[in-house]
Amino acid sequence: MSIYSNHSRRDKFRENFGQFDRILTFSVAALLIIGTLLVYAATRNWFAAQGLDPEYYLKRHVVNILIGGLLAYGTTLIDYRLLRAYTPIVWGLAVIGLIIVLIPGLGSEINGAKAWISFPGGFQIQPAELAKIAIIVGISMILAEKRDSDANPTDQDVLKALAIAAVPILLILLQPDLGTVVIISAAVVAIIGTSGAPSRWVVGLLLLAVVGGFTAVKAGIVDEYQVARLQSFVDPSADPQATGYQLRQSRITIGSGGILGKGLFDGPQTNGRFVPEQQTDFIFTVAGEELGFLGSGFILLLFTIFFMRALTIAKRTDDLFGRLVCVGVIAWFAFQTFENIGMTMGLVPMTGVPLPFMSYGGSSMFANLIGLGLIQNVHLRTR
Amino acid sequence: MSLRSRLNLVIVQALIISLMLALAGRLFYLQVADGLTYQDAALSIQSRDVVNPAIRGAIVDSSGIPLVMDRPGLVISADRSTLDKLSDKGSAVLARVAKLVGKTPGNVYVITRLCGELPASQSAGCWKGTRFQPIPITRTATTEQALKVLENSELFPGISAQSVPVRSYPGLAGENGAHVLGYVGSVNEDDLADSSKNYYREETIGKDGLELQYDNFLRGKAGIKTVIVDRKESVTKQVVSTQPVPGFNLVTNLDARLQAATENALQTSVLRARSLGGRADGGAAVVMEVNSGKVLALASYPTYDPNIWQVGLTQKQANNLFGESAGVPALNRPLQGMYAPASAFKSVSVVAAMNAGYDMNALYKCPAKLMIGDREFANFETKSQGTINMKRAIAVSCDTIWYQIAYDEWVRDGGLSPKSGLNDYFFTAARGFGLGKTTGIDLPSEASGRLPDRAWKERVYKENKDFYCNFKTRAKKSDLTPFLIEIARENCLDGNILRAGDAVNFSIGQGDTLMTPIQMAQMYAAIANGGTMYKPQVARAIVKPNGQVVKEFKSEVTATNVLSKKSSKFLREALRAVVTEGTAAGAYSGFPVEIAGKTGTAEDKGLNKDGTEKGDTAWFASFAPAVNPKYVVVMVISQGGFGGSISSVGVRDIYAALFGVSGGKVDPEKKIFPNGVPINLPIVDPKNAKLVKP
Repeated sequence: MSIYSNHSRRDKFRENFGQFDRILTFSVAALLIIGTLLVYAATRNWFAAQGLDPEYYLKRHVVNILIGGLLAYGTTLIDYRLLRAYTPIVWGLAVIGLIIVLIPGLGSEINGAKAWISFPGGFQIQPAELAKIAIIVGISMILAEKRDSDANPTDQDVLKALAIAAVPILLILLQPDLGTVVIISAAVVAIIGTSGAPSRWVVGLLLLAVVGGFTAVKAGIVDEYQVARLQSFVDPSADPQATGYQLRQSRITIGSGGILGKGLFDGPQTNGRFVPEQQTDFIFTVAGEELGFLGSGFILLLFTIFFMRALTIAKRTDDLFGRLVCVGVIAWFAFQTFENIGMTMGLVPMTGVPLPFMSYGGSSMFANLIGLGLIQNVHLRTR
Repeated sequence: MSLRSRLNLVIVQALIISLMLALAGRLFYLQVADGLTYQDAALSIQSRDVVNPAIRGAIVDSSGIPLVMDRPGLVISADRSTLDKLSDKGSAVLARVAKLVGKTPGNVYVITRLCGELPASQSAGCWKGTRFQPIPITRTATTEQALKVLENSELFPGISAQSVPVRSYPGLAGENGAHVLGYVGSVNEDDLADSSKNYYREETIGKDGLELQYDNFLRGKAGIKTVIVDRKESVTKQVVSTQPVPGFNLVTNLDARLQAATENALQTSVLRARSLGGRADGGAAVVMEVNSGKVLALASYPTYDPNIWQVGLTQKQANNLFGESAGVPALNRPLQGMYAPASAFKSVSVVAAMNAGYDMNALYKCPAKLMIGDREFANFETKSQGTINMKRAIAVSCDTIWYQIAYDEWVRDGGLSPKSGLNDYFFTAARGFGLGKTTGIDLPSEASGRLPDRAWKERVYKENKDFYCNFKTRAKKSDLTPFLIEIARENCLDGNILRAGDAVNFSIGQGDTLMTPIQMAQMYAAIANGGTMYKPQVARAIVKPNGQVVKEFKSEVTATNVLSKKSSKFLREALRAVVTEGTAAGAYSGFPVEIAGKTGTAEDKGLNKDGTEKGDTAWFASFAPAVNPKYVVVMVISQGGFGGSISSVGVRDIYAALFGVSGGKVDPEKKIFPNGVPINLPIVDPKNAKLVKP
């Protein structure tokens, strides 16, 4: 089973690794390393003060990265075109997982959303993360099918693709996890747009998103806590103890970092645990406070390099399926990054999505690295 | 790749770049453009100031004897951050402490809770500070209790004992001084809201008396230790620390021995008045230097133990202090008590009459009663004194002479239809002596008394016209007597007009006239010194703990020549006659110091709470020696009886102490000021000060 016991596999690993896109690999590696330091900085003093292992989160985070790295490497091993065969299985697993989290007693509710399946030993899985991959690969497959010529997808193809996306999206809406819905929708629109399908679909879907979002809030489909988050975004003083408190503290923590920051491990706001959930969704506030504008600006730059490089890979491939998968993953990461960092700075309403490659959390880290693996896979198979 | 597909990739790229630029822009705004605002906000979230109050300055008398000072006390306090970490949240430890200091565990539990932790109904005594300050359980621990805590730290985790300053009143000369000294207390929400004062919640500040008046000097500067705390308020780091700067000492013009003697004389007089059947519900005594306005002693009765403020006032004590049943001991009667001056006011009338051109050597009739209009005004005790000169009239305190003069002057001024260019000799003279105005004494909450002149009548009429004109419907049932109804009817018609009765009553200090004892003292000081009004001054100087003088308070003249040389000379002789042959002769027979003064016995038409008629207010306003006066002494006893037999005797006791009189002789050794009122500042060393027996 071990890859090190097999000479041919080790050679293949070396060969593959050398062929990976270096810019992509290094930008993600840099984000992972910085993220690890930030998770450590966010939790070290807090756990030490309670007499617990200060490296608790650090260790688990590193383990998550190692597992995710293996998953990413695994993803690059098989030609991505062969992955289509597994797509229905992944999609099916994701949908089953999304149904399970909604069943009382099986799913765990955290921060108002039933998004997790808990396993014994404190291990938790978020099926929505799996669903992101399933949807991206699934609709890319349908829209790129039998497309050897320059013929564009038909309305029928688009409808089929939307159907595949709709089931998991609706299940995620029921959790409710609006942030993830927005991210998946962005990826879906980006894929349809890039597939060459009629433009009216893109325009129509965007309109639908606006109208749908508006009526959802009006009709009370959106849970109270979602509305509360929206309200506290508009007026942070409306709910100073809960959501508004978090947003206010988050903004103050980032703002107080100034240009140079307070220094890694030296942020008083961070060490005082003034921002709740700081190692997960609010990890960027640690960067803001301790690394300042230079450090957190550098993180934004790393993300931008990653996105631009991934787009180059998408442009370079002649294979529509590969391009659509790349675009889907890029849109996912880009929107999730924007939502997460925008939220910590009070630029967009609060949503509970983690920062790709940086936030603490297994499911998200695994899905992110699999996404990276998919892009690398396309890169490896592009002549 | 189709063109559209390629185009759309460019759009995706542009979109992503714009998203990232939006993030970068916001980041720049938060951290660079507006970074300072957020740094301040973060600091206010994280930092807490632990206040270490300064040693408060002492208040000493003119010879350096401490009247109030900070004394080290032992406090046993709880550290909540340690207690909360114990498995039972420290309840066993707190119960042990309760047993040690003799309190109930329930009480100790409550006083160690933050106010927010308890329901409002059970929060009496809760801790108003924060969790990470030591919370005092007792401030009056004994050395044994403190040692037990310190030596058995395993039994008392989170409990500490240390010495803290406690305000104490040594009373070295037996003085009390509660009213003039005032008291200190915790900063309350109103004080904190006052942006002009930079108080810290943990500070102790002056609340009344000199403690309030000179709080800025006495308080010192609290030491601040700034700590960084986390969300749970545990201290993570200490940032800066400043040492407390002790407060300055206040040297007063008071003399501890004279203060004690004055308080004693006042109390003795009140008790004597009571033994003679009077109600004597309160009184005041003032001793002032004639030529400077220095307040040498200031006594108020009933008084209270100033220490009660230190232990924390219970509800019962508060009720006693401010309640009518105990005579409102909190009231500082020398400046807050207002009494009709009665015959003590006649000095003003003399000045008025002399200004109006009356000859003091001429003879005037002093009949038993006088008809003014349709009302009869009686002489004191309705006794005729025959035909006498003005000096004699003052000595025996004839009223009817003044009725006639005041009435004649009222008529000259136009009577019920006042003419323009009024003389108003009586009001003018009274105004000159500062009636109706505060003296400006350096103590808080001084009352202004009342000068019932024409403007006052007009003002009161405007306020009450509606009531008088609808008396039958507005008044209480019990007030609907024919007499009161008739008064209301008259007041409704022309209540704004100064009537003959008003003018007549004013001339003998009755009617609506009210004066505070300090006003009376200021007035008699001006008579004694030939016409200069000095602001009564309690504080003498502010001195740093190292002896350096910060500020000296000089005598302040508020008015000059309030009476002519002639009036002054005549009054001094006439007031001397009061003591040698007049209403105060009995009290001072055989007294070896020449005293001059005026008795006053004011009638009060009001009723007491229990329905009984109010007794007479007994005044004696005086100065001594009669020639070259140095001191002015005033005593008033509310419902005390006759001024000549109650207050004049009380004042005599004060003079006896002042001049060292014993056995009918002056003993210069026993004089309080053998070399006069101290001019030089004393050495202020409250800890080592000892009372030097005169």
